[in-house]
Amino acid sequence: MAKAYTPGLKVAASTAYQAHRVLPIPGTLRVAAGDVVEADTIVAETFMDGDITPLNVANLLSAQPGDIPQLMLKQEGDAVEKDEPIARNKGVFGMFKSECKAPASGTLETISKATGQVMIRGESIPVQVKAFLPGKVTEVLPEEGVVIENQVTLIQGIFGVGGETSGPIAMACDRHDQRLEASMVDESMQGAIVVGGARVTSEAIARAREVGVAAVVSGGIDDADLKDILGYDLGVAITGTERIGLTVIITEGFGDISMARRTHDLLKARSGDSASVNGATQIRAGVMRPEILIPVGDAGDSDSTGSTESGVLELGTPVRVIRDPHFGLIGTVASLPEAPQVLGSGSKSRVLEVSLETGEVVTVPRATVELIET
Amino acid sequence: MSAQTPINPDSVNVILATDCGSTTTKAIMIERVDGVYRQTHRGEAPTTVEEPFANVTVGVINALTEIQEVSGRRLIDDDGVIIRPASGDEGCDIYISTSSAGGGLQMMVAGVVREMTAASAKRAALGAGAIVMDTIAANDRRRPHEQIQRIRELRPDMVLISGGTDGGDTKKVTEIAELIAPAKPRPRFGKSYELPIIFAGNTDARPEIDRVFGSGGFDLKITDNLRPSIEREHLGPARDMIHDVFLEHVMAHAPGYDTLMSITDAPIMPTPGAVGDILQTIARGRGINAVGVDIGGATTDVFSVFDGTFNRTVSANLGMSYSISNVCAEATMPSILRWVHIDMNERELRNRVKNKMIRPTTIPQSLEALIFEQAVAREALRLAYLQHKEFATTLKGVQQQRTVGDTFSQESGGETIVDNMKLDLLVASGGVLSHAPRMHQTAMLLIDAFEPEGITDLAKDSIFMMPHLGVLSSVHPRAAMEVFERDCLIYLGTCVAPKGSGKPGRPCFSWSLDSGARGSGELAFGEITVVELGEDETAELEAKPARGFDLGAGPGKTVSRTVRGGTVGLILDARGRELSLPEDPEHCRQAVSGVIDAVDLYPEAVPPGEGSAD
Repeated sequence: MAKAYTPGLKVAASTAYQAHRVLPIPGTLRVAAGDVVEADTIVAETFMDGDITPLNVANLLSAQPGDIPQLMLKQEGDAVEKDEPIARNKGVFGMFKSECKAPASGTLETISKATGQVMIRGESIPVQVKAFLPGKVTEVLPEEGVVIENQVTLIQGIFGVGGETSGPIAMACDRHDQRLEASMVDESMQGAIVVGGARVTSEAIARAREVGVAAVVSGGIDDADLKDILGYDLGVAITGTERIGLTVIITEGFGDISMARRTHDLLKARSGDSASVNGATQIRAGVMRPEILIPVGDAGDSDSTGSTESGVLELGTPVRVIRDPHFGLIGTVASLPEAPQVLGSGSKSRVLEVSLETGEVVTVPRATVELIET
Repeated sequence: MSAQTPINPDSVNVILATDCGSTTTKAIMIERVDGVYRQTHRGEAPTTVEEPFANVTVGVINALTEIQEVSGRRLIDDDGVIIRPASGDEGCDIYISTSSAGGGLQMMVAGVVREMTAASAKRAALGAGAIVMDTIAANDRRRPHEQIQRIRELRPDMVLISGGTDGGDTKKVTEIAELIAPAKPRPRFGKSYELPIIFAGNTDARPEIDRVFGSGGFDLKITDNLRPSIEREHLGPARDMIHDVFLEHVMAHAPGYDTLMSITDAPIMPTPGAVGDILQTIARGRGINAVGVDIGGATTDVFSVFDGTFNRTVSANLGMSYSISNVCAEATMPSILRWVHIDMNERELRNRVKNKMIRPTTIPQSLEALIFEQAVAREALRLAYLQHKEFATTLKGVQQQRTVGDTFSQESGGETIVDNMKLDLLVASGGVLSHAPRMHQTAMLLIDAFEPEGITDLAKDSIFMMPHLGVLSSVHPRAAMEVFERDCLIYLGTCVAPKGSGKPGRPCFSWSLDSGARGSGELAFGEITVVELGEDETAELEAKPARGFDLGAGPGKTVSRTVRGGTVGLILDARGRELSLPEDPEHCRQAVSGVIDAVDLYPEAVPPGEGSAD
């Protein structure tokens, strides 16, 4: 039987999920294996070296670098306060002495005889990692972090901006093909994960920001609206660090496009439940998609269903066309011809036939479909 | 068989080569057929650097197994080991590889003066095949604490520090080192990895550099100064050191590379470094000036050899999928749409661009989508070449010998060495160029973006085997050259384009092939035409430019030369150089339509789904 492989986004009603929560540098763990954690539980923390502030004392005192150690009022390892004198020259006949003040508070780390440069190291910077996903700590990575596991409803988006957040699911659109407008967002949605349907407008996002919504999830967005929201034209899809006041996750793509019905139904079924979401997207080797995680209870409660990770494309498989001229249309695989065909562009490519929801059958390159769940 | 044992070139009959890319591992087989080396079979498989395999050799063996299946030659034994040496219909004599998996080689470079030692350090790193994440210099317009902050954010594989000429001032380069050491850049490969620092600056500064980095956490390597004097750049030892450190540290930390290194017969090279090597080998061997371009999904690499000087640039965010949105942002939509001759809705196009960015593996299905994608490619290539020209310069800070005519010029070096009139060969590779449905489209993408002047051969890398041949040239130069000539390059044809500008419709140049036996004619300014000249054919071209136009011999002077044909033929381009399109959108569209018709760029295509089966 004809088969092919194509990537798809994970949309699962219930699946076992492991969240790897690790520090950027070694540190201390605050939880142990077997502990049950909430989304905002701090699981690990460390301190990063403080900021370095360089100061060329030789230049400032018009002295030779080799003479600097004798002119220093503070020595390596000493604590210094901002604006505190740290070096003084001998002046002329003991008069007209000039001083050099610390540009920042911290510890005097090095004094260079070669360059006359002095380095002041600021206070250590605390780094904390939260659990993000409520669940059970199943594995401890000494000095690095932990693995937290739970059974969740998992929805991967196609693209997002903004980082990790959490809150209850609030449905703004009742239908999967309904546009999310500003008028659908109200004060009751403060701190919530607001779910739209089709395209979300920039006005709706502005309203959500005003109300204090934690995240907005919808089917599509217009490129011009994204530019408005970010304040710049996004060049490369590596996101997650934007500070725009909320997280935005798009499940299908850019333009007027409805959220897949199953995705919308899943979110609707979990309305009011607490979710953890992350808009971070990285579309390079080691691809990372935005995610919505909604715990469903104790691990082992239900089996994993609906994961499309396997990527097998065969007759009857539900697919979404992901490029024009049929962008966004949903159907099932009607046939997988073996021989490559010449496309309208003149390129030769392997294709498949998709039977659309309307009953129409279209032929598209295999590279322009992705698997979905119905 | 143990790796990297001496090879007797005369006994080599079968060669296997792989290039481990970020997503795909591409393998080729080269065999000696009737005394000549030819590329005979190819195979590919997904690269297996990431989980669940986390072992690059799995992908290598899979790609080689595909060759085994299509060629019928047994290459892998029952234990999954490459059979060597070749005997009968089994095994190979040489196995070699390049790699850009896991993001390739990522470096930070530093120097004292941005335009001098820092620029030389950047050239050394790029030439070795690295991606340069940032260049730190004393005069880079950032304040020291901003520089330190930047260094802390980066996660390089290694750092190259240059600065100062031998015997000159040591203070400035030591200051740069003193900024880098406390910033403690974190390497990509985790806490156990000691970050390699290569020092290639003033030899007198070595004791101080040793002191600065001696406190631990670094693996300091010292090599010859890459700018021993203002007038001289000496990049070889620094490039070699980068390559050594790449093998010792970076590759050794990548999953499965220890095994891969033990089975190759030559050191593994970074992919772009190998491409640069083969282009240099060819340019030197033939005594020509050459430019190569590789446009990928995320980045565009440009390589050039002019008068023996090699340069490479990587335009990090100019590409056709991951970076397509950035191309549109940098070039602007009006610049892209000037290459489009049909109505398109800008809002829809913007959404399409973003959809390609988030789903990078899709291909254009309709002719309209192809036309737009090729318009974006023209701008990506044009911007990448512009960046290359700005980077490939004579040494800055060097006083040039001057004539009386230069008396009032204040230039002290730093002029680009890229001269399109001197360019002999332009080679294309990368998806949008290699997989264009028509070779005419590839040729016109090159001409519109690079604007070659005079007479220039156009070619494309058939299946992107330049990396394999680059590393092969280090162990078997003859095989590399023979395969390059016979199987690697597909000649598109020759572009004849005079430099100069004129009024549309006024004479630009006249031409004849084989004294008119194979055609002759005249072109008015603004016109373009293609003359058939087959792949293995050559002809004697005589071309006389009109007054004010130059084909390489001087304004108005006749040029006679043997020209080579190709899959497209002889392209006679009288649109002038620099190439400029009318500013008025309607006139621009007419001009572009005229070119498309003249070159038969987009012949009527069949509607999707009604195409012919192969």
